[in-house]
Amino acid sequence: MQKKKVVLTFPYKLINQPITYHLIKDYDLKVNILRARINPREEGRLMIEIGGEEKSLEKGMNYLKELGVEVQSLAQDIRWLDEKCTHCTVCIPICPTEAIILDRNQMIVSFDKDKCIGCGLCVPACPYKAVEILF
Amino acid sequence: MPKTIREINEKIKRGEAVVVTAEEIIDIAEEKGVKKAAQEVDVVTTATFGPMCSSGAYLNIGHSKPRIKLGGGRAYLNDVPVYTGFAAVDILIGANALPDDDPRNKIHPGEFSYGGGHVIEELVAGKDLKLTATAYGTDCYPRKKLETWINIKDLNETVLFNPRNAYQNYNVAVNLSDRVIYTYMGILKPKLGNANYCSAGQLSPLLNDPYYKTIGIGTRIFLGGGVGYVAWQGTQHNPTAPRTPNGVPRAGAGTLAVMGDLKKMSPEWLKGTTMTGYGTTLTVGIGIPIPILDEEILTYTTVKDEDIYAQVIDYSLAYPEFEPGSLGEVSYRELKSGRILVQGKEVPTGSLSSYARAKEIADILKNWIKRDKFLLTEPVQSLPSADSGLTFKPLKERPLE
Ligand code: SF4
Ligand code: SF4
Repeated sequence: MQKKKVVLTFPYKLINQPITYHLIKDYDLKVNILRARINPREEGRLMIEIGGEEKSLEKGMNYLKELGVEVQSLAQDIRWLDEKCTHCTVCIPICPTEAIILDRNQMIVSFDKDKCIGCGLCVPACPYKAVEILF
Repeated sequence: MPKTIREINEKIKRGEAVVVTAEEIIDIAEEKGVKKAAQEVDVVTTATFGPMCSSGAYLNIGHSKPRIKLGGGRAYLNDVPVYTGFAAVDILIGANALPDDDPRNKIHPGEFSYGGGHVIEELVAGKDLKLTATAYGTDCYPRKKLETWINIKDLNETVLFNPRNAYQNYNVAVNLSDRVIYTYMGILKPKLGNANYCSAGQLSPLLNDPYYKTIGIGTRIFLGGGVGYVAWQGTQHNPTAPRTPNGVPRAGAGTLAVMGDLKKMSPEWLKGTTMTGYGTTLTVGIGIPIPILDEEILTYTTVKDEDIYAQVIDYSLAYPEFEPGSLGEVSYRELKSGRILVQGKEVPTGSLSSYARAKEIADILKNWIKRDKFLLTEPVQSLPSADSGLTFKPLKERPLE
């Protein structure tokens, strides 16, 4: 059983298609929707956690790509902007996964993409808009 | 032997002054002893970089042809309203100002993505700003409408003037209620979910000169990346706040009003700031040199995070209702460790003031003094100190009938 978090971006013409239904039914995958945003007349974005057998997962991803859905692994969609971060540390107690890391000797902040679950809690907490969730 | 500022300045001019930061002096004094350290070290640099709401700037935009009198009219920079109560073309922009059509907290918590603090940052960054104004027109100032781009390089005086900055110590904010609250101290999670503080602690200017023996009116400082001056005591200056035996206030006490030429400043050290659910503000970088005139002054600069205490205040009830009462006292060492104990519970901490950036400013100021011969100033007048009897008064409301 493998699991990954991905962001799906699909063009307007696919918005009405039951994509997640097919992933579950036809490819035997477990799909957990973390966030969704559909802009009318534009494109849809879906952040999902998806799990299943390695083979099925691969097939499911190919199905999406063939349909014209863009698949990005999640970390690409969350950006911590080093040049905007003032290392104030006010986000540190907000992040539930310690994805924002503080070196307490230097009081310098850094970001561990792998630990970030994209919950977005740090976004309103940052006074300098140094964390962006492109969603 | 005590030194004078004049003697220290002579050393600076010869490139011989010994300058260290308020962090470095701690180890130096420990190693060499206070007496020797006071002889050898000439200047200690202090600094802070945090949101400071009582900040703003006044600008003289120059006269248009035909002339317009903005005084008594309305004016906006990038849709953020500016104050027009001064003559024809002097305008004042405050860090907290918001566009008229900003939804504010209509849907709570409001986003507050752009306001006066951001306008000041963009102005300093050299970006063009949209100026729109309406006036009532007079015989000598006939024009009633003005819409133009402006740029800092074309303006006359552009002065950062902050009525209250560099707070000497501050509260630690927590939330005892069972809902999230959105404050000027950041987002506070329910039931003591986090504790936010806002001071550079051992690096902070007024914590290194607790009785304002060297920092006074006229003191030349690092302000927003340029050179500025202490103009006055800041608003809410409260030198009679309780202090520990080493003289350090245990709560918010002294403050500074500072000013300087915006054209020499940089957006790196003046940052437009957004506090979700609260509003916009400006984060200001300030660095202040302390001349080591004698052992007493040196001793003050050796203050450590573990010797500085702050009060833990509940921002869900005690603060908004202006009720007295602290949930306890914690040191900056505990705050920086990442956890403090409040009512028997371990609470994770975060800071609004950046210690890393404060350290950078203290280093820059050190280099200015050593390399660029930034000279120290004798205060023109001292700030009211602990013996002044000055206190910070609450508002006495009287019914209008
Ligand atoms: S999005 Fe959530 S998990 Fe990721 S860094 Fe921000 S608070 Fe942490
Ligand atoms: S709140 Fe923003 S600026 Fe402060 S440390 Fe976190 S990411 Fe950096």
